[in-house]
Amino acid sequence: MRNLSRLHVPRTPARPGEAPDFSYVDLSPAGAVSRPEVTAKVRDIGPLALELVRVLDDAHDAVGPWNPHLDASDLQVGLRHMLLTRIYDERMQRTQRAGKISFYMRSLGEEAVSVAQCMALRPADMLFPGYRNQGLHIARGIPLVDLMCQLLSNTRDMCKGRQLPVMYHSRAGNIFSISGNLATQLPQAVGWAMAAAIKGEDHIASTWIGEGGSAEADFHHALLFASVYQAPVIINVVNNQWAISTFQGYAGGEQRSFAARGPGYGIAGIRVDGNDFLAVHAVTQWAAERARKGAGPTVIELVTYRAGPHSTSDDPTRYRAKDEPEHWPLGDPIDRLKRHLIKLGAWSEERHQALSAELDAAVVMSWKEAVTFGTLNEGPRLDPDLMFEDVFKEIPQNLLKQRALMRTEKG
Amino acid sequence: MAQMNMVQALNSGMDVMLGRDPSVILMGEDIGYFGGVFRTTDGLQRKYGEHRVLDTPIAEGAIIGAAIGMGVNGLRPVAEIQFADYIYPGFDQIVSELARLRYRTAGEFFAPVTIRTPCGGGIRGGQTHSQSPEGIFTHVSGIKVIMPSNPYDAKGLLITAIEDDDPVVFFEPKRLYNGPFDGDPTKAAVPWSTHPKGEVPEGHYGVPFGKADVVRSGSDLTIVTYGTMVFVATLAAANAGVDAEIIDLRSLVPLDVDTICTSVKKTGRCVVAHEATRFSGFGAEILSVIQEECFWELEAPIQRVAGWDTPYPHAFEWQYFPGPARVQAAIRAAMEPA
Repeated sequence: MRNLSRLHVPRTPARPGEAPDFSYVDLSPAGAVSRPEVTAKVRDIGPLALELVRVLDDAHDAVGPWNPHLDASDLQVGLRHMLLTRIYDERMQRTQRAGKISFYMRSLGEEAVSVAQCMALRPADMLFPGYRNQGLHIARGIPLVDLMCQLLSNTRDMCKGRQLPVMYHSRAGNIFSISGNLATQLPQAVGWAMAAAIKGEDHIASTWIGEGGSAEADFHHALLFASVYQAPVIINVVNNQWAISTFQGYAGGEQRSFAARGPGYGIAGIRVDGNDFLAVHAVTQWAAERARKGAGPTVIELVTYRAGPHSTSDDPTRYRAKDEPEHWPLGDPIDRLKRHLIKLGAWSEERHQALSAELDAAVVMSWKEAVTFGTLNEGPRLDPDLMFEDVFKEIPQNLLKQRALMRTEKG
Repeated sequence: MAQMNMVQALNSGMDVMLGRDPSVILMGEDIGYFGGVFRTTDGLQRKYGEHRVLDTPIAEGAIIGAAIGMGVNGLRPVAEIQFADYIYPGFDQIVSELARLRYRTAGEFFAPVTIRTPCGGGIRGGQTHSQSPEGIFTHVSGIKVIMPSNPYDAKGLLITAIEDDDPVVFFEPKRLYNGPFDGDPTKAAVPWSTHPKGEVPEGHYGVPFGKADVVRSGSDLTIVTYGTMVFVATLAAANAGVDAEIIDLRSLVPLDVDTICTSVKKTGRCVVAHEATRFSGFGAEILSVIQEECFWELEAPIQRVAGWDTPYPHAFEWQYFPGPARVQAAIRAAMEPA
């Protein structure tokens, strides 16, 4: 039957059985986008929100004004963090499949986002992550055992068994807690940054949300407050093309880039190749310097691709073309940085394989240690009494009564 | 001591805290230059500056979300939501974030945010400027819920709220801002200067949470209430000619179960009264507590007085409002011989 409605419904480029089609992704050649001063006025840098900042070209060289000129040793550190993130993800995914943890979310293909951005910030800058930013923890040196114990909800779990796996936090690492409700961390990050400005400190906040989550009101609240108070904050939209089964057009990406939300609010917007470690580092450094100078917030859209399922509860072959990942035009972030380092003469396939083996062994060792603190099914267990703590600073009378009642249920 | 109405007492509480603690900041719609639509923050921006008394955009979700981030970064934000009826855009930030941050991070992060918001009817506010949504918040684990009924308590409880490391939703019955109101709109307005609770110390003091106030001792029956209904209940009991013990809860979470139950065990009869709607209202929780703790001492079924289960209607405000007549009917029912 012919559809008589004039309602526009975003047309998904490719569903299962169709040929992958990324012709909707606007690309700029590497090195083609100009780099304005960090104090540039928003109205003078509008195109940055529509073009695509890229540094690594097809020959694996770093080109153009956004080249951050990082030392090879820094690039090696970045490669190491990204590789560790991927190996950790693979191992934890298998652990979930084996029934050792209840749930997991990989960041496959998006590792440059967390790692390069974290490396472009200072340790005292506060990070407000989404749920696919485990690379932030890895880049900040949080021990893998700590992350694994959270996944296991065991006796060393930082959340004391109260949070779904991957909802990490690190007070010492200045990494905020993950809610599980989408985008709530964005206005909180802006508030944190406003407080830093009120207190006269030069720390900044950085926060992440997927393009799907950017549809939430909290995203718009965050941009509004960031703009009104010129808060020292970076708001990152990780456009990985898919929000579970709906492509980015359903979040409003069909008519205008997500970076362009920024200029609409009077905030600098930059669209960057999210799989280009150097470009991601460069734009983050630009935005951080802008914020620290009091020149205002930035919205960064990181154009990347969710190469894996949304979570361990998801099967993307049911809603997108099976071979879509291989057709993603911006490649793989680890592979691209590796090839660049090899081109620089600072890396080799052999070293890469040796590093992979070393990191894999480290992940396995960490897992062995983590399970000594208990798993979901065996070993030491958290005391259920903990359920009643931290609802308030002090346990109130009614919860003490309920705790006593629960204890009588144990037998 | 000074004579203050409730607006002045709240203003004084914020003034004292802004002066004592540089981490205290105020934020909200129209609260800065203008001093708030109810004048509660009058003069505070002039005194403490635009960086500590922030005018905000009209975005309650953003106000509360940003306040949480400020709290995490060491500030003690006091956020005003202009009317309790406007709080819902910020509901997710309160319920899923503010209330649970300490829990989900095992105490590593917390946000000591106070949310002040005027509530209640009797001001010709219609259905979007008259609600009493406290029961929606008492149902959430992890936030304290406060509602003062007079200037002295308002200031002391607000100072306690700001100093508390847990989040607090602080309801201000706006019909009581300028004077104790007993539910009869035909009477001339009574100012707080005629009431002993209008005597307010100018400096710092706290009124503790979780401690109800027995505003009148009596032996015939117990009336458990809070907010505007404290004065309505007092008038109704006098009209009914009963020797009522009237309890002003002040703090709904934490709840002073001991004071309620000690009184009900003494009198054997009880009326629970609030302005909010009846079904699933906070009164049901009080009834349940009394039933569990005082069943064998009760001499009559507990009676409940509340707003009708409709939105707050503009034209029928006084038929809607649980005034003295409705409370009196409940008192008569509670006084029926066993």
